[in-house]
Amino acid sequence: MSVLVYINSNGEKIAKSAFEAVTYAKKLGEVTVVTNGKTDDSTLAQLGKYGASKVLVDRSFEGIDEQQLTRMVATAAEKEGANTIVFSNDLIGKAVAPRLSVKMNAGLVAGATGVPQEDGTIPVNVFSGKAHGFVKVNTDKKIIALLPNSIQPEETGADATVEEFSGNAGDTRVTVKDTKFPEGDIPLPEAELVVSGGRGLKGPENWNLILDLAKELGAATACSRPVADSGWRPHHEHVGQTGVAISPNLYIAAGISGAIQHLAGVNRSKVIVVINTDDEAPFFKAADYGVVGDAFEVLPRLLDAVKKFKASN
Amino acid sequence: MKILVCISKAPDTTTKISFTDGDTKFDEGGVKYIVNPYDEWYALVKGIELKEAHGGSVTTITVGTAEDDATIRKALAIGADDAVRVDVKAEDAGQVAAEIANFAKEGAYDLVLLGKETIDYNGSQVGGMLAEHLDMPFISLAERMEVNGSKATLDKEIVGGVQTVEADLPLVVSCAKGMAEQRIPNMRGIMAARTKPLKVVEASNAAKQTSFVKYGLPAPKSAVKLIDPNNMDELVELLHNEAKVI
Repeated sequence: MSVLVYINSNGEKIAKSAFEAVTYAKKLGEVTVVTNGKTDDSTLAQLGKYGASKVLVDRSFEGIDEQQLTRMVATAAEKEGANTIVFSNDLIGKAVAPRLSVKMNAGLVAGATGVPQEDGTIPVNVFSGKAHGFVKVNTDKKIIALLPNSIQPEETGADATVEEFSGNAGDTRVTVKDTKFPEGDIPLPEAELVVSGGRGLKGPENWNLILDLAKELGAATACSRPVADSGWRPHHEHVGQTGVAISPNLYIAAGISGAIQHLAGVNRSKVIVVINTDDEAPFFKAADYGVVGDAFEVLPRLLDAVKKFKASN
Repeated sequence: MKILVCISKAPDTTTKISFTDGDTKFDEGGVKYIVNPYDEWYALVKGIELKEAHGGSVTTITVGTAEDDATIRKALAIGADDAVRVDVKAEDAGQVAAEIANFAKEGAYDLVLLGKETIDYNGSQVGGMLAEHLDMPFISLAERMEVNGSKATLDKEIVGGVQTVEADLPLVVSCAKGMAEQRIPNMRGIMAARTKPLKVVEASNAAKQTSFVKYGLPAPKSAVKLIDPNNMDELVELLHNEAKVI
C-alpha cells in the first residue's frame, strides 16, 4: 500500500515530528514524502532512514499557506495512488489536513496516538487527554494526523531518493507581512522538557527561577492559566484545557496546585515533577516525583543539582 | 459586515469523564454543558467587537438538536443578533463542517469565526474543512485581528512564533487566546436573548466520514515518589537513571 506523508521542511533541519510521521507511515505501507520549500536534497534524503522510499519536493513555492499545501498534497496523492495520508498534528497539519479531508473526501483522524488496531480503528485522545477513543474511518481514503511525541522515530533504512515535482499549488490569497520568532525560545508544543510556574511564584519578577532552570535543562517554559491571565507571562505559555496541550518527556511544575483543567493539558507528559508547599495539592496525585517545599528554595537547589550533574556527565 | 460565528456545546471543564453502553458512549448523565470556551470567549466576542466597531450583524450557527438551545441562548445573551441551528445530532467534524457550509454558502458572510478547537474532541477540524467547502482562506490560531474595509490583518500562531498576515475578506478564522476578552452576559442581555430569533433549519444529511466505536480512561498513575526538598541531587539522579528523561 502506498502511504503519503506531508512534512514541513522550510528550514535547514527537519523537525522530530516529521521523523515520527514517517516512522508511523512506514508501519502502514510504502512511504512517499511530499514537501515544499528550500531544504536541500541531502537533508531530505535522510528521511529514508526512517522508512521513506521517495521524497517529492516542490521547489516552486515556500511558506505554509494552507491552500497551496492542500493542493500540493492532493496532487502528490493522486500521482502516487496513495489512499492513506499521514500528517503530524502540529500547527500546520491542523490547518492543512482538514482542508485536504474535504478536497479528497477522506475521513480525518485528528490527533492519532498510535497505529491502527486489529479492527482498523485508530486511537486518539479525547476530552483534552482525560480519556481516549478509537475512531473508525468510513471513507475509502483516510488522513491520519499524528499527535507529536506519540511514537519514537525509528531509524531502519537508507537514504531516500529525492525528486522534484510540481504540486500545482497555485496562488496564495494570504500575504505574509511579518514573522517573529521570540529569541531563544523553544516552541512549547514540540518541547521534550518543560519547566512551568504557577501563582505560587507570587509575581513575574520571580520568573528567573523558572527561566534559569529551563535554560540549564534546555527546556521550554510554560505557566498556569492564572499566570497568563494576570499578564505575568505571555498567553502562548499557558498550558491546560483552554491553553496548549503538551506531551513532553518531562514536565516540572512549581507553585501549581493542579486543577483538573491544568492536568488536562499536561497529563500526557511521560514524567511529571511537582514542587509545592502544600502536600495536599491535587497535582501530587498526578505526579511521578513530588517535592513538598517552597519553590523559592527548591528551584535554586534543583538548578545547582542540574549544573553539578551536567558538569560530571 | 456580516459575521457568522460557529458555536458548539462542550461539557463543563470540571466534568468527570465516564462512558456507558460497554464504553461505546460518553455518559451524559449529570453533565453540565457550556458554550465551548474557545467559541464563546474568543470567536463570539471578537465577532461582537467587530460589529460594534464597523456595524453589521453577528449570527451564530450550531449543528445540534433542541438540547443545544440553552447554550445557543447563552451566546445570544452575550450579544449575537440571531441564531441558526441545523437540526441534526453532531457526530463527526466532516458532517458538522458540511452542514455549516451548506447554510453559509447562501449567506454571503464576510467572516466566519470559530474557536481553535472544542474542549471535548479537540479535533481542530471544522475550520479548515469549512474553508475548503466555501473556497475561502483559513487563518488558523489567530490571536489578533483588525478589519480595514475589505482587508483583514491578523496575527496567527505558527510553530515557534507569530506571523502577521493580510488577506481580503471573506475569510474563515479560528480564534485563540488573545483575540478578545471574555464577556459575562448581563441581565438585559439574558432577557433580550429570550426573544431573539433562533431559526431551526433542516439538515442536508451530510455523510459521517468517521465514527467513534469505543472509549477508554487512562490507567491510574502509581503513587508519587516524594523527594526530600533538601536533596535535589537525588531528584536529578532519579530523572537520569530511573525515569531516563534527562
